[in-house]
Amino acid sequence: MQRSLYISPDKCTGCLQCEMACSFEHEGTFNPAKSRIKVFTFHSEGRFVPYTCTQCDEAWCMSACPTEAISLDAATGAKMVNDALCVGCKVCTIACPFGTINYNSVTGKVIKCDLCGGDPACAKACPTQAITYIDAEGTGYDRMRAWASRTDNQSAARA
Amino acid sequence: MRHVIIGAGPAGVTAAETLRKQDPAAEVVLIGDEPEPAYSRMAIPYYLSNKIGERGTYLRHDPDHLDKLGIGQIQSRVTRVDGAAKQLQLAGKDPVGFDRLLLATGSNPIKPPIQGLDQPGVHHCWTLEDARNIVKYAEPGSRVVLMGAGFIGCIIMEALVARGVKLTVVEMGDRMVPRMMDQASGNLIKQWCLGKGVDVHTSTRVLGVETSNSGGVRFRLTCDPVDAIDADLVVVAAGVKPATGYLDGSGIEIGQGVVVNDFLESSVPGIYAAGDTCEGMDWGTGQRAVHAIQPVAAETGRTAALNMCGRPTRHTGSMAMNVLDTLGLISVSYGQWMGVDGGDEVHRIDESAYRYIKLQFQEDRLVGAITLGMTEHVGVLRGLIQTRLPLGRWKQHLMEDPTRIMEAYLGAAQLTAG
Repeated sequence: MQRSLYISPDKCTGCLQCEMACSFEHEGTFNPAKSRIKVFTFHSEGRFVPYTCTQCDEAWCMSACPTEAISLDAATGAKMVNDALCVGCKVCTIACPFGTINYNSVTGKVIKCDLCGGDPACAKACPTQAITYIDAEGTGYDRMRAWASRTDNQSAARA
Repeated sequence: MRHVIIGAGPAGVTAAETLRKQDPAAEVVLIGDEPEPAYSRMAIPYYLSNKIGERGTYLRHDPDHLDKLGIGQIQSRVTRVDGAAKQLQLAGKDPVGFDRLLLATGSNPIKPPIQGLDQPGVHHCWTLEDARNIVKYAEPGSRVVLMGAGFIGCIIMEALVARGVKLTVVEMGDRMVPRMMDQASGNLIKQWCLGKGVDVHTSTRVLGVETSNSGGVRFRLTCDPVDAIDADLVVVAAGVKPATGYLDGSGIEIGQGVVVNDFLESSVPGIYAAGDTCEGMDWGTGQRAVHAIQPVAAETGRTAALNMCGRPTRHTGSMAMNVLDTLGLISVSYGQWMGVDGGDEVHRIDESAYRYIKLQFQEDRLVGAITLGMTEHVGVLRGLIQTRLPLGRWKQHLMEDPTRIMEAYLGAAQLTAG
């Protein structure tokens, strides 16, 4: 059974431990600005929403890549960026309708969530279980997928 | 069943792979006229800047990829398509028959009607062969004139500057990247380039490219209204247009490109088109349009292939979207960035920081956007435009502060969706 990140914004306290953990895991530094998961703050409502790639089936980033630099990790379902092949053209960053693959001007490559190879640091770091890593079925994943599919079907175009 | 694909770029290769996957028994033949493995023109700027070698431009990195899929390959130029007889004439090779045909011949660079463009040292930047020529002439200290500050012109500037050339840009339009950026952002890109030591002349025409007899310089470009410019290399980047010349007399309806229906089939049954070659529906405007961009090439290549092998699949249209890196300044435009009748517009500009965002709305839906100097989460602009998500109260928040786009997206798409 493949697992996926399940995010419960209601449980998020905005502590940013997930961003710190992600940054440390991938960049070796505690710098939330370099995190691949971002917590958005809704000041007026006092709400926090952690947000990252859902590893969607459509994989807009992967199909848009002109150099075959994004591929599927069959074990985790993650869409992986191969830095050796990425030329930094950024086409994936405008193709992904979720905005979850982004350009890193320091490295000249794109970065996205890679599920840490199946042991996501953000989920481990979250003290309130707002981010968990659980069986893909039965998560809010379906809703995200529904949103993904809307960007490419007739009902959306006619809506 | 024999499927023949003309054109070995992203649309053609994606289509060939899809056909093979969907119809393992069918014969699939891919015809390309360049003597290279299938490669990506999008990667050429990075080849020019030495970030990658030629192999880094290849669409698929396994050299035997197409062979392993059992896809036949012919290197030749198609000179004529006979839709009634279902046959192709090839330059210097035997004719090829087909049951279903995909036209995926991409674009050709536009050659402006200017004297002196047909000589060594004057090159487009379109094919790998063009890129090799540019590398040859763009030596450190050489003078390079870039004719055209459109997408291709801008995206290769970094590579040219990195090669240590003295670069001058001549653009007919009144700003840089006029088909992708508005006045404010196009002007900011120009300021950015000037600040990087590049000479930029907008609203300027090249009248002719003359071979120079004076020592040390190869060409002299006469211009209007600026003085003549010396050059060792001239790069002609005046835009591209769908490559359809070989379809003359085929009976296939041509507009700007090959006119296709919702199933990407041309006016001749059994003949389909994908990528830069096809003129399909822009679902934002409801008008037909050519969207010569990588994501559309891959999407239409796949969809056309599904239809070719008997799985009717509607292509719902495409939208203009571009991301451009001009000497490190990143710009993005989507959809109807120029606005729509009766719509609302909001923008914020910080000229000293080279940051800009403009959003265009129709009622409470986003229909177009431009950003400059933003790299985080720009893809949500596509999501919002393409899903036509009603923004509700978030539209007003964006009218007050358009930089809150991620909040608006999460608020409208997710917090209130359940």
